[in-house]
Amino acid sequence: MTEGRADAVGIHDDEAARKRLRRRYAAERRFRAYGLGAIGIAMLALVVLLASVTRSGLPAFTQHELTLEIHYDAELLDPDGTRDPEVLGRADYAKPVRAALASLFPAVEGRRERRQLAGLVSKGAVFELRERVLAAPELVGTREPVRVPLSDEADQYLKGKIRTDLPESQRKVSDRQIAWIEDLRGRGLVHQVFNFRFLSSGDSREPELAGIWGAAVGSLLTLLVTLLLSFPVGVAAAVYLEEFAPRNRWTDLIEVNINNLAAVPSIVFGLLGLAVFLNFFGLPRSAPLVGGMVLALMTLPTVIIASRAAILSVPPSIREAALGVGASPLQVVVQHVLPLALPGILTGTIIGMARALGETAPLLMIGMVAFVVDVPDGPLAPATALPVQIFLWADSPEPAFREKTAAAIMVLLAFLIIMNLAAVLLRNRFERRW
Amino acid sequence: MTAVEPTNATKVRVGDLSVFYGEKQALFGVDLDVPANQVTALIGPSGCGKSTFLRCVNRMNDVIDGCRVTGSILLDGVDVNDRTLDVVQLRARVGMVFQKPNPFPKSVWENVAYGPRIHGIASSHAELDRIVISSLDRAGLLKEVQDRLHEPGTSLSGGQQQRLCIARAIAVSPEVILMDEPCSALDPIATATIEGLIDELREKFTIVIVTHNMQQAARVSQRTAFFHLGEIVEEGETGKIFTNPTDQRTQDYITGRFG
Repeated sequence: MTEGRADAVGIHDDEAARKRLRRRYAAERRFRAYGLGAIGIAMLALVVLLASVTRSGLPAFTQHELTLEIHYDAELLDPDGTRDPEVLGRADYAKPVRAALASLFPAVEGRRERRQLAGLVSKGAVFELRERVLAAPELVGTREPVRVPLSDEADQYLKGKIRTDLPESQRKVSDRQIAWIEDLRGRGLVHQVFNFRFLSSGDSREPELAGIWGAAVGSLLTLLVTLLLSFPVGVAAAVYLEEFAPRNRWTDLIEVNINNLAAVPSIVFGLLGLAVFLNFFGLPRSAPLVGGMVLALMTLPTVIIASRAAILSVPPSIREAALGVGASPLQVVVQHVLPLALPGILTGTIIGMARALGETAPLLMIGMVAFVVDVPDGPLAPATALPVQIFLWADSPEPAFREKTAAAIMVLLAFLIIMNLAAVLLRNRFERRW
Repeated sequence: MTAVEPTNATKVRVGDLSVFYGEKQALFGVDLDVPANQVTALIGPSGCGKSTFLRCVNRMNDVIDGCRVTGSILLDGVDVNDRTLDVVQLRARVGMVFQKPNPFPKSVWENVAYGPRIHGIASSHAELDRIVISSLDRAGLLKEVQDRLHEPGTSLSGGQQQRLCIARAIAVSPEVILMDEPCSALDPIATATIEGLIDELREKFTIVIVTHNMQQAARVSQRTAFFHLGEIVEEGETGKIFTNPTDQRTQDYITGRFG
C-alpha cells in the first residue's frame, strides 16, 4: 500500500518531472516572447517610417507668402482701354510685381540686384495676377494688396532649411536676399499659410507651385479603370473555376498559371501594356485608361485567388440545400454563394487595388511618367499617378522638392489607409453572423 | 373518394442501379420498389451506399465530380436520368432533407418561401405567405416561430432548424421526400417530434429515410431495406425485417452484432 503510493507520487512528482515542467513553461514563455518581439520590431519599423516621412513632409503643407501693393497700371496692361480679355491675357504682369518690390526697397539699384530682388517672389505670382485680372477686369487701373507666393529658395530659408553658416557661394540664397527677407519679415509683410496650392494644383517646375492634385486625379482615374475591369472579370473567372469548371488537366493548368501570374514582376505587365495596348492597338500614351488596363492585368490574379478562396469557404451544405429545393446552378451561385462570399471578395479586391495604387514600374513603361502640368479631365488625357509623382519629385534637383516628395508619400499613405479602412468597413457591413 | 386508403402503387422503381465514384464502385446493381405514401427506411452500416442510393433519386450526385450512374430509377414510370428530364423540375418533385440542418442564412420566412418562389408556385405575395404558413404548420413549427418569422433561421435550435428544413422541402409540394439521417444531429426529444412528423407527412408524401437508428426505422417505416457493402441484402415489410429476417447478416445487424 505505502509502496504503491510512493510509486504513484514518484513518476509525476520527482525532481526530473519538475524539471521537465519548468522546461516546458520556459519554452512557452520564450515562444510568446519571440512573438511579442516580432510585433515590436514591426511596430517600431512602422513608427520610424511614419515619423521620418511626417517630419520631412509636414513643412510642405505650409508656404510663405508676401503681401505686395500691386498697382494694375492701365498704361501697362491695357494701353488702349479695351478691357479685351485677349489683350489682358497677353499683357506683362511681371512689371507690376517688380514695381511693387522696387517700391518696398527703393534703394536697390542695378540690373543684378534687381534681378535678385525679383527672385524672392515666385514666378507663379505673374500667372496668379493674370488670373485675377482676367476674372475681374475692373481691377485695371486700381491698386490693391495681393499675397503672392515666395520663391522656393526664400521659402526654404524661412523654414530654416538653408544653412546660413555656409559661405554665400555655396547656398541658394545670397546674403543680400537674406537681409531683404528679414526686413520684409520685420515689416510684417511675410505670412506663413496653409499650402492650398499643394493640394489643388498639378505638377510644376517651380517647387512652390507644384501640387499633388493632378497625380491624385490620375491615380483615381487609373484605379477606376482597374476596378471596372478586374472586379467583374476576376469574380466571373473565380465563380466559373470554383463552381462550374470540371476538375481536369486544363483547369489545373489554368490554376497554376493564375498563381504564377500573381507573382510576375509588375514591370513585365508594363512591357506587355507597351507592346500590346500602345504599339499594337495604338492607344494613347500616358493615359489613365491604359494605365488602368495594365494594372487590371496585374490585379486580376489577386482578385481571382481571393474570390476563389472566399467562394470555397461558403459551406457546401448551403449549396446542397439550395440544389435540394430545386435551385438551378446559377441561382445557387447568385442567390446563395456570392452573397456569402462577398465580404471576402471585396476584401481581396480592395487589397489588390491598394497594391495597384502603389505601383510605379508598369506605369513608367506606358508613359505615365511624363511631366504633366494639367489636372487630367478624363481617362484619355495625359496623366501621371501618385507613386510616379513621388518618383519624379524624388529625382528633382531643387531641395524644396525633398519635402514635396515626403508630403506626396503622406498623401499616398492616406489614400492607402482610406482604402484599407473601406475594406474593413465593407467586410463588417456584409458579413453575416447568422 | 376512390383514394381514401393510401394506394400502395409503386412511386419509385429502381432497377439494377450501380454507382461509381471514379474507380470506386459504391452500389452494385440495386433493385428496390418504393411504394407511394409509405415510409421506406434504408438501414445498414456506414459506407454501405444508403446515402448514395438516396442521392441518386433526385440526382444530387450530379454535382460530384467523377460520379457515374447506371441502371434505371423510374419516378412514376419516367427515368430520372433521362437527358430530356429537367433536373430542376425533378428536385421540385423529389425534395430532400439533409443530415445536418442547413437553413439558409436568411429569415425563417425567407427559408420556406425560397423554393416556391424560384419555382413560381405562388402568384402573389399573399399566396406565398399562405404557403409559408401552411408549410411551417405541417412541419409542426408554426407555433414555436410564428412571432419570429423574420428572425434568422439559423437562430433556431437544432431540432427547430431541422423542422424548418422539412418545411422548406414540403413548401415546394414535392411527391417524394428523401431524408438522409434527419435526426442524427438531434437530441431524443427533437427526434421524437420529427418522427411523429414523418408519420403524419406520409399521408401526402412518399418518404424514403436513411437512418442508423434501428428503433427509429422500426417506429416510423412501413418498409425497410437493409444495405450491406453496396447491395440490398434484404428488403420487405418493416415488421418482418425486424422480427423475422431471412438473411443471417440482417439478423446480425439488427441485433447489433456488427455495423
